[in-house]
Amino acid sequence: MSGLEIENLSMRFDLPNGSSVQALKDVSLHLAEGELLSVLGPSGCGKTTLLNIVAGFLAPTEGQIRLNGHTVTGPAAERGMVFQQGALFEWMNVRENVAFGPRMAGKRERDWAGTVDHLLEVVGLKDFKEKAVYELSGGMQQRVALARCLANDPDVILMDEPLGALDALTREKMQSLVLKLWKETGKTIILITHSVEEALLLGERLLVMAPRPGRIHKEYRLPFADLGVGEDLRTVKKHPEFGRTREEILGMIWDMEEEIMGRTEETQ
Amino acid sequence: MIVLLIYVAIFVAAFFLVKLFVHKTTRDFTARKTVTFGDESAVRPNRIASVVSVLTIFLLWGAFTGSAWVPGFLHAPGPFVGDASFTYTAEAEGVEPDSATVTVRVFPVGEEVEAPEVDPGEGWAKDDSDTVGAWRSGLIRVDRNDEYGRDAGHTVVAVNGTPIAPGGEVITEFGRVGMSPKGTLNFEPRKGWQMEPIWLPPPEAVVARLKEIAQDGYRDSTLWEHLGWSLFRVIAGFFFGALIGIPLGYAMGLSDWFRGWFDPIVEFMRPVPPLALIPLVIIWAGIGEVGKIILLFLAALWIMAIAARSGVSGVKISKVHAAYSLGASKAQIMRHVIVPNSLPEIFTGARVAMGVCWGTVVAAELVAAEKGAGMMIMVASKFQLTDIVIMGIILIGVIGFGIDILMRLAEKALVPWKGRG
Repeated sequence: MSGLEIENLSMRFDLPNGSSVQALKDVSLHLAEGELLSVLGPSGCGKTTLLNIVAGFLAPTEGQIRLNGHTVTGPAAERGMVFQQGALFEWMNVRENVAFGPRMAGKRERDWAGTVDHLLEVVGLKDFKEKAVYELSGGMQQRVALARCLANDPDVILMDEPLGALDALTREKMQSLVLKLWKETGKTIILITHSVEEALLLGERLLVMAPRPGRIHKEYRLPFADLGVGEDLRTVKKHPEFGRTREEILGMIWDMEEEIMGRTEETQ
Repeated sequence: MIVLLIYVAIFVAAFFLVKLFVHKTTRDFTARKTVTFGDESAVRPNRIASVVSVLTIFLLWGAFTGSAWVPGFLHAPGPFVGDASFTYTAEAEGVEPDSATVTVRVFPVGEEVEAPEVDPGEGWAKDDSDTVGAWRSGLIRVDRNDEYGRDAGHTVVAVNGTPIAPGGEVITEFGRVGMSPKGTLNFEPRKGWQMEPIWLPPPEAVVARLKEIAQDGYRDSTLWEHLGWSLFRVIAGFFFGALIGIPLGYAMGLSDWFRGWFDPIVEFMRPVPPLALIPLVIIWAGIGEVGKIILLFLAALWIMAIAARSGVSGVKISKVHAAYSLGASKAQIMRHVIVPNSLPEIFTGARVAMGVCWGTVVAAELVAAEKGAGMMIMVASKFQLTDIVIMGIILIGVIGFGIDILMRLAEKALVPWKGRG
């Protein structure tokens, strides 16, 4: 079976004080090739844990991840990851950063130069390829990170709040870029975000997760990502359906937050 | 105390003069900051202050040593040199008290002088003459040429008309005249405020000594051999310390077994000052080159190991994760992520280690060595050759500073991403 299968995933670990945390409980999900899934939830709902398990950085206590039929046991080039920030290599210039994957795979420069230069052009950094990454702004750095991930041609791209550290304007531009890249490359993408709007705009499917234990609360199939490819994102946001879904999800998350607050007050 | 007061006075006076007459013409961003007290980034060294500070040190040094480089009117009062005179009044049995004049030729130490010739004069107490070196003092037996000697009850009762008794003193315009418990006069010419060259030579004497030693060498070795040996020991010790310490630090940062095994050793050895190891190293390896290099190796080893370890620990996990999910192998992650990421820390460690090694080598040479900067000043101090000691200290400081500057330049050139992560 092709695509990404998440089967009965549970994650439980002990804390130094003797208690244990159920970060994820029985999460199952199937993601077809080329789907764009955004994951939303209050803090502590296990969305980053889920992403780290898919990336292969964590081993689940129960369940498994299967990508195109084989089980995931550790990190690999087939699952690329884009981090919030600080994951670029400062000792390499922009071009060397983007070419990191092909270089590590032992490819010669003439084999990757075309792809890398094309990607740099797509993300609008053609004129910055010889610059040091610390000379770039936050938004440009994230574009380097996106290009670096794409240059490695992974099957799945995992994004851990990739736009979380950016200012509102840059963020909007980057959202368009992510949609454009998704359509052009047809990659399967899982995107974790704190922003309901971003989850709605970028999620072809949207997963709302609930905390304690971390589980899937509700799943949506949304038209906005497809709309956003062709239209201006601000037009998409004016869509009545967009506002309604946003309010619904916000209400859901507020209820969860209140529940958490209530529960901690009881225990105190 | 006077020197300190003058120093503070120059500090304060220069501050107000510069504030009054020099107006900053910088138009950069920092110059527009209104909050500078408490904003460390707005405090930039005042270069005028730096220049005045250095000049002040040389000025004080020159003024209080009578340096030829400092104009005479700035000199602190020097010691009295020339012919001093005072009168004494003596009593003897059966005669009236009589007075006579003592002329003392005060000469700069090192010159050969003869006592001035004086006319014995009238009366039974005859005029005397003697010599005393500047900054020294001398007993003057005024009774020797008098007609009534000590066996006749010769006692000095006054100097310059002021009564004096054994143990007492009279201050004259040329210096202090004291009387020993046995009644002998002791003349101590005025010392002034300047330092005697055996305590602090003037700057030109140090420069002259530097030229002399640079040409003729000292203790069978040229100056360059002395400094070169010290530098060689530092570089050799540091090299081996880094050669072992950096891989050890990496291993401690990457493997729990290495971390557990070496943590107690490194954490124990780190606070032991390398100087405390000198006696043990001398017992084990003697005072030759091997012992010195072992000592410096030990001084550099722990610093480099800890720097490399914290360089590895300091790598952001997202960088390692990113490299893994881009398909890098462990060796590639080591080569392309961990090593470059730890280089800034290693450079900081190397700067500290070089500084510690330089200090340690000088100290080790003070204890025992045949050649070296430390040995040079230690031997010179035994002969009270203060100019060589000061020259040595200045050279040691200049070289230590030079090492630090070189390390900083290397750091800037090799790890430009330092602090930018």
